[in-house]
Amino acid sequence: MAEAVLGRERGRERPPAVVWERERRRHRALEGLRGYGLIAAMWIRSSMTYRMSFLLATVGNAAVTLLDFAAIYIMFTHVDALGGFSLPEIALLYGSCSTSLGLANLLLGNTDRIGTRIRDGSLDGMLVRPVPVLAQVAADRFALRRLGRIAQGSGVLVWAVVVLDVDWTVGKVLLVPVMVLAGAAIFAAVMVAGAAFQFAAGDAAEVVNSFTYGGCTMLEYPPTVFTRELLRGVTFVVPLAFVNWLPALYVLGRPDPLGLPGWVAFLSPLVAFVVFVPASLAWRVGLRSYRSTGS
Amino acid sequence: MSRQLSPDAEADAEAEAGKGSGGVRRRAVVRDAVHRSQLYGAVAVGGFRRYATYGAATAAGVFTNTVFGFILAYTYVALWDERPGLGGYSQGQALAFIWVSQSLLAAAALMGGGFQEEFQERVRTGDIAVDLYRPADLQLWWLAADLGRAAFQLLGRGLVPVLAGALAFPLELPVDPLRWLLFLAAVVLALVVSFAVRYLLGLAAFWLMDGTGINMMAGLVSVFFSGMLLPLTVFPGGFGDVVRMLPWAAMLQVPMDVLLGEGAGAGGAVRAFAFQAGWALALLGAGRLMQAAATRKVVVQGG
Repeated sequence: MAEAVLGRERGRERPPAVVWERERRRHRALEGLRGYGLIAAMWIRSSMTYRMSFLLATVGNAAVTLLDFAAIYIMFTHVDALGGFSLPEIALLYGSCSTSLGLANLLLGNTDRIGTRIRDGSLDGMLVRPVPVLAQVAADRFALRRLGRIAQGSGVLVWAVVVLDVDWTVGKVLLVPVMVLAGAAIFAAVMVAGAAFQFAAGDAAEVVNSFTYGGCTMLEYPPTVFTRELLRGVTFVVPLAFVNWLPALYVLGRPDPLGLPGWVAFLSPLVAFVVFVPASLAWRVGLRSYRSTGS
Repeated sequence: MSRQLSPDAEADAEAEAGKGSGGVRRRAVVRDAVHRSQLYGAVAVGGFRRYATYGAATAAGVFTNTVFGFILAYTYVALWDERPGLGGYSQGQALAFIWVSQSLLAAAALMGGGFQEEFQERVRTGDIAVDLYRPADLQLWWLAADLGRAAFQLLGRGLVPVLAGALAFPLELPVDPLRWLLFLAAVVLALVVSFAVRYLLGLAAFWLMDGTGINMMAGLVSVFFSGMLLPLTVFPGGFGDVVRMLPWAAMLQVPMDVLLGEGAGAGGAVRAFAFQAGWALALLGAGRLMQAAATRKVVVQGG
């Protein structure tokens, strides 16, 4: 009691260390966001220099995913259902995961360039700047053209929501945007973990693509198509099933092939938060272990 | 002139004297051809070794191709369960299509990643002036380097995914060695067509300066129209007919036809090769025209 009073007494002159620490962290987070914003703005200005190329890239970004969907559409000119799912149902899966990946890609997509930065030694420059390294790495070559994919993905998502024959409850309506945002956060965590992995294996940037682009390709199709081992892996090990499968199954009123209860569909935000813990730990370990090439 | 001259100089001297000029000129042409093939051979070997240096990147690529192979294979199983014989393939052939196409993906640079990004960067920075200064043909130089790269990626990134696929799924691959030889020839032609298209992309940098946009468009077009996403034989109606006549078909669908027996027999293979060679010549020719226009445009600022 006396200590507490003492603490408050002393606090009048300067706050106790805990408060300092909290202040410092908040300040650092704000600095990080500010730095991120400045770097991103710089790269946007830079990409506007070659305007034709920027336009082509944005349209191309949307078209990449549109052609993915065109392939699914062509499949459905031959069949009525794939794995028991109709075209609008697959469109819901496709639109949500494509939008999630698009958002994660826009905000953190160039973290995979860190391998190049480590190899050519330009990461050293980032270490001495007064902005958190993760913010710099995430904003590196920020690519506004990636709005293309988000626009296209959300277009398909909206189409799916409109044509789907679903009894919309408040829970289901709320779950759709939550699914997209939580999915983006899960992909973002995978990207941070992937960036950390590059401290150990610099050239292996492509492995991350297996989980991001590969994961999204998988999530476009219904879970009934895949084997149970694969489903267990992407539910319990790398929880990609929470990006859209589990929430979408709930929205569609379909049971989970692994027999998980319906309320699991609402866990996506929690899962997104949980996967950030190992991802950010890995990032810290990776950054601490960094030894410059010296060139 | 003394008689101790090298054979080369001797030939030159003879040519000067105007004696037996036909034979000498023929010899000079042969010597030149040998010299050139040695040069481009060395460039190709350099391309091979350059990509062989990055072991971790190759392993990562193999891993990614295998993961994609698994994902797509499951969706194809579902699709062919629903519609057996779709596109003229049995399920085993459709699975073979998936795995072999994953193996060709990197070699044919269908999603980009060949030489064109580097070429464009050289145009932007001005390093292309060094390339133009070399006593070698610009297009053949880059073709040799790209074929060297492709040869490495065919071996380094191609074999493991097919083996993994063959272990996990019942692939229907031919056992006839002749069929595989024909397939290999079709793959070489596919690589040349792929190069020819990407050379045009590289040259586009002379006008656009930044290749990001056009590379992305080209990557998605080639993935879709080569049959990488879905075999072109599955594409419906008139759209399918048109798609199968485009150059991208020569990069993946046609080699797969040769392997899986669509173009079976000598007649089928000859037709396939003629289709590929036709596009290769047309596109390489277009590349030469565009190169001539580009080099007239280039101004080296020095410094």
